[in-house]
Amino acid sequence: MTAGAVARSSTSTTIERTPRMRTLRDTWLIFHRSIVLTIRQPVWIIFGIMYPVLYLVLFGPLLNGAIGAAGAGTSAYNWFVPGLLVQIALFGTAFGGFGLIAELRYGVVERMRVTPMSRTAMLLGRSLRDVVILLTQALIMTVLAIPFGLHLDAAGIALTFGVLALIALVVAPLSYSAALILKSEDAFAPLVQGIVMPLLLLSGILLPMALAPDWLRFLSSINPLTHAVDAARALFNSEWGNPEIRIGVAITAALAVVAVWIASRTFGRANA
Amino acid sequence: MTSPTPIRSTMIDTTDLRRTFKTRAGTVEAVAGVDLHVGSGEIFGFLGPNGAGKTTTLRMLATLITPTAGEATVAGADLRRQPQLVRQRIGYVPQGGSTDPAETGRGELVLQARLYGMSKGDAQVRAAEILAVLDLEAAADRGTGTYSGGMRRRLDVGLGIVHRPRVLFLDEPTTGLDPQARARMWDEIRKLRELGTTVFLTTHYLEEADALCDRLAIIDHGLIVAEGTSDQLKQKVAGDVVTIGVNGSGASVLTLVEAMPFVREASHDAEAGLVRLYVDHGETAVPHLLRSLDAAGFAPTSIALNKPSLDDVFLRQTGRSLREEAA
Repeated sequence: MTAGAVARSSTSTTIERTPRMRTLRDTWLIFHRSIVLTIRQPVWIIFGIMYPVLYLVLFGPLLNGAIGAAGAGTSAYNWFVPGLLVQIALFGTAFGGFGLIAELRYGVVERMRVTPMSRTAMLLGRSLRDVVILLTQALIMTVLAIPFGLHLDAAGIALTFGVLALIALVVAPLSYSAALILKSEDAFAPLVQGIVMPLLLLSGILLPMALAPDWLRFLSSINPLTHAVDAARALFNSEWGNPEIRIGVAITAALAVVAVWIASRTFGRANA
Repeated sequence: MTSPTPIRSTMIDTTDLRRTFKTRAGTVEAVAGVDLHVGSGEIFGFLGPNGAGKTTTLRMLATLITPTAGEATVAGADLRRQPQLVRQRIGYVPQGGSTDPAETGRGELVLQARLYGMSKGDAQVRAAEILAVLDLEAAADRGTGTYSGGMRRRLDVGLGIVHRPRVLFLDEPTTGLDPQARARMWDEIRKLRELGTTVFLTTHYLEEADALCDRLAIIDHGLIVAEGTSDQLKQKVAGDVVTIGVNGSGASVLTLVEAMPFVREASHDAEAGLVRLYVDHGETAVPHLLRSLDAAGFAPTSIALNKPSLDDVFLRQTGRSLREEAA
């Protein structure tokens, strides 16, 4: 071995890690970076729940009168608030790709692709940031709804938040995938809008699907988000025996696995 | 026993490297078979007009896009089979920035060091070291969005060297910088060479290739048209360059001068109204030329005698001026 080679190897501070260790570590690094950058501009966390808060304040009271007629049980807010939480989970994370497009433009993504870091961690770190921001927003939203007459159950709320996290893990990876492929806000915004709006309207977030004609109810029943909303409502109100819990959680969890797998591949592709 | 003299090792070695892109118009060969050999500790310049294939070649060597064909070894690792090892050993500074405006310079450096596997403590020490070397300490804890162009570019370079790579790739490192910041960047790049780092940079600035690079390759339409030291390339042009302003009668002047025994090569640029000649001894050729033009009834609007520049090298190889292409 030459002296030069010795000098070179001694300057290396790299520790050998297994690929799985590397993915975990890099996920934490990217999560940490992105959450710090998000918290530096907290106004966006508030912006994210502006519309749902408007629905709560300006639409909720209207619903309170109407829902009684539709027979949705106890408090209209106990029916409505879990739906609004799902709405935050869907909207907040679906537009997460915007941030990634900005990072692409800054050259940050390319810079990281040249490092040996895990490609999956680029996705997971950002998606977990989205989950944490979402849960913060959901907590604020839940607290704001208390004065309107929301009945609270700690276990129910915790489990509902679990469903919200699963929804975020479906939507965020797909949003990041689309952003990586499209690379432009002009193409990304209409795509997301075009997917999210029908999903939302068909999920029964605003009004009970019991009011819908048959064809609309059928479309709603094949919308996976409907089942997530039903599960969230059942959990929020501690209806532990409700079969919608199992169905909604199973569908959402399965979709999350598929979404993470697809998005990991997009991030891992050499030329993306 | 072999002699203990250290043999300069090869840091970048490519054989017939190619990259095609599919577009709506058809298949475009952006890099059409490039052979490069860059030695350890060199500053190697990759010169060419926009769209010549510089960045595509660089991105292939930096593992960002996979070659369509060909082989390459970078920093002792096989580009196709060991991209992860290549990544560990190289640094890459993309064109047009690499930092988030909301993140601080220090934050970016620490993260980058950690992504290369350093512990938190090591990363912080290394970040402070780089901030000091690149004179960014005062701005270290400000968002990079507040940096000047020159500062941001220096930080980009800092991010590329945080893990002490063997080879550093710089894509157009001084594009958009003012002359002072450019000179500063050249100094930083020379310092890297002193530390033993091999630097591979692309540029479309002739002055930069001339002043900064130990060796260079000129690329046009995806092919290398010349390679060597700046002096070697200029010698290939063979002789001095005489440029005559011809005022519309270019074709006839060209016929006239091509017949002269001391003219090695001549070309006519109708757009610029110039005839360009390559002659062996410019000083004695010019009086001859003037007399002959006069006798034939041509009145040149201007005449200039120059030692060959890299632009003449480019012009001779491609028939176009890089100066015009870059403008």
